[in-house]
Amino acid sequence: MVDLGTDATHPAREADDVRIALFRLMVRLRVFEKRAYDLFLQNLVKGTSHLGLGQEAIAAAFGLAMRPDDYTFCTYRGHDHTLARGVPMAPVMAELLGREGGLMAGKGGSMHLTSVEHGMMGSYAIVGAHLPIAAGAAWSAQVRGSGQVAVCFFGDGATNIGAFHEALNLAAIWKLPVVFVCENNLYMEYTPIGAVTAVEHPASDRASAYGLEPILVDGNDADLMFEVARATIDRARSGDGPSLVEAVTYRHGGHSRADPAKYRPASEEQEWLERDPVIVYRALLESSGVGSGTLTAIEAEAEAEIDEATELAKASPPSSVSLIERDVWSDGGSAWRS
Amino acid sequence: MAKAQVEAGAAGHGAEPRGKRTEAGEATYLIAIAEALWEEMERDERVYMLGEDIGAYGGAFKVTEGFIERFGDGRVMDTPIAEETIVGMAVGSAMEGMRPVAEFQYADFMSSGFDEITTVLARYHYRSGVPLPVVLRGPSGGGVRASSFHSINPEPWFAHAGGIKVICPAFPSDAKGLLKSAIRDDNPCMFLEHKWIYRRIKEIVPEEPDFLVPIGKADVKREGSDVSIITYGAMVHKALEAAENLAQRGMSAEVVDLRTVYPLDEDTVLRSIEKTSRALVLSESYRFLGIGAEVAATIAEKAFEHLDAPVERLSPPNIPVPFSPTLEDAFLPGVSDIEAAVERLSAW
Ligand SMILES: Cc1ncc(C[n+]2csc(CCOP(=O)(O)OP(=O)(O)O)c2C)c(N)n1
Ligand SMILES: [Mg+2]
Repeated sequence: MVDLGTDATHPAREADDVRIALFRLMVRLRVFEKRAYDLFLQNLVKGTSHLGLGQEAIAAAFGLAMRPDDYTFCTYRGHDHTLARGVPMAPVMAELLGREGGLMAGKGGSMHLTSVEHGMMGSYAIVGAHLPIAAGAAWSAQVRGSGQVAVCFFGDGATNIGAFHEALNLAAIWKLPVVFVCENNLYMEYTPIGAVTAVEHPASDRASAYGLEPILVDGNDADLMFEVARATIDRARSGDGPSLVEAVTYRHGGHSRADPAKYRPASEEQEWLERDPVIVYRALLESSGVGSGTLTAIEAEAEAEIDEATELAKASPPSSVSLIERDVWSDGGSAWRS
Repeated sequence: MAKAQVEAGAAGHGAEPRGKRTEAGEATYLIAIAEALWEEMERDERVYMLGEDIGAYGGAFKVTEGFIERFGDGRVMDTPIAEETIVGMAVGSAMEGMRPVAEFQYADFMSSGFDEITTVLARYHYRSGVPLPVVLRGPSGGGVRASSFHSINPEPWFAHAGGIKVICPAFPSDAKGLLKSAIRDDNPCMFLEHKWIYRRIKEIVPEEPDFLVPIGKADVKREGSDVSIITYGAMVHKALEAAENLAQRGMSAEVVDLRTVYPLDEDTVLRSIEKTSRALVLSESYRFLGIGAEVAATIAEKAFEHLDAPVERLSPPNIPVPFSPTLEDAFLPGVSDIEAAVERLSAW
């Protein structure tokens, strides 16, 4: 595993402006997820939701490293990846609440966030389904010569489904501009990934099967994630083909809203809480000379932003029933009660 | 009569333990299903279960809680996320007489194993003469704000495959008796549970180890004389509620619960129409080419002379299940929609 340790002066550490941006983005993702959880407890977030608390460094680093017209594909655990592409907080929160002002006017909910104008090509709730789709988008970019790159995020559990292997092989043989990012948080829903996988590192140990370099990184190290994001995206953009990144991380809470995560050993949870990517990065910035006033101001701005977004979301009315008929077909219509 | 227990909106996924029968002997649908599995695992060593998170965790909805402790990981197998392989494993092991019961966390993910289900499982016996006693089970249906990838009613797809019995029970006792029958059946069976029902409906459930409910037999859940409501799954409960409201207004609706959608129990349906002369066919699966369309066509073909009104269908439109509560409520047939349809039919 590439490891930069906690040495703040390591040359790979990014210039301060990037680091500030990275910190700011991670803090914004953190406050959003915390608020989503609070609103779930108040029964305002309907259905289910899967939070990215603890995994922010990965989405933030890639989000910052991507070009505005690049493509993101992610899973049902996709609030962070959506916000990291510049989608404002209010419509995302309104979507979780099932409101008309939601990103998809309340049609999709937490698991299906999509905003094509931000390059956010969708959150996919069928495990593995989006890896081939990301390959398809990457191929289209290649054909059009647009220079766009597709970044596809998925969990450790997705590495055992056929679509993972099919997409990787295809991306490799056609040298597609796509970066596959496995967020290995050690568990699928409730079962440890190690219990059902033939290799120790579910993604990186399989890279060689597709002629790719194994890339195994600490997904809670924001600087390192940014470096990996930049390198793999550059490689894809310059025509050298796909990469498969395994970023090891940990979710702070349960799999989904109702899960208390009792199947995880307390010591393991404690160990990972101490490696909280946001807290660790904050300490790192402070020790490398960023004034605590700067950091506190960033945190206060994020709090103000989420407060405002929450108010906007709550003020939006529930989705109007007239929407149900809209956009089944490309002309905007539907065959309602055909 | 069973009654609603929990407020709408609770999916139950990953939540509380399964719970126990009440002292009076009432069991929820969830408990009844677990009992059926347990009893058949005890009865026949060839029965085994496979699926995602079914072992130590006890299943996404806690159906299999406690099974691995009793039966071990050789008969309660935690699989990787690989639905196509889950179906394939079940089929291959059944060829020499194992009796697999595969759990899907949501019925939506059965479509990740669609090829193995429709082209292998459904067709193998026809050409080989080798029975495949496979049960595929999982929660289907909407009403819990689970949005479009966790709310499917896939029964029409699989009824269409031809070689698979498709079972959609509405009550705990029927669920238990039908699941036991499915496990003992030498044909492939798809057992579609309804997640809205899991923890909401409970009733006294038989405890005899050989309590079975026959596959392919409908059941009249409420007698009536004016209009027949023919339905299955969670819609049975909506129909019963509507029938109760209608009775207060002097209208008598009969509620026929199909219980199995393939093969279809035409006799029970036709007998009901002979009695009432009016049919409302109600389903949670899509209207277009749906289970309801098949029932309506059967009535039109075989009970034409008994009808006093056109057969009416009530089902969701052919669009993805939307998320927002306002949209999902408009999407699903509701109690007031059912009452209005019965009133329209009665006016003929
Ligand atoms: C094809 C399919 N099978 C099963 C599921 C149910 N399911 C949802 S999330 C999940 C676990 C996924 O684990 P992982 O890929 O590690 O992602 P994480 O949730 O840890 O981010 C499962 C089994 C699904 N959504 N799709
Ligand atoms: Mg995982």
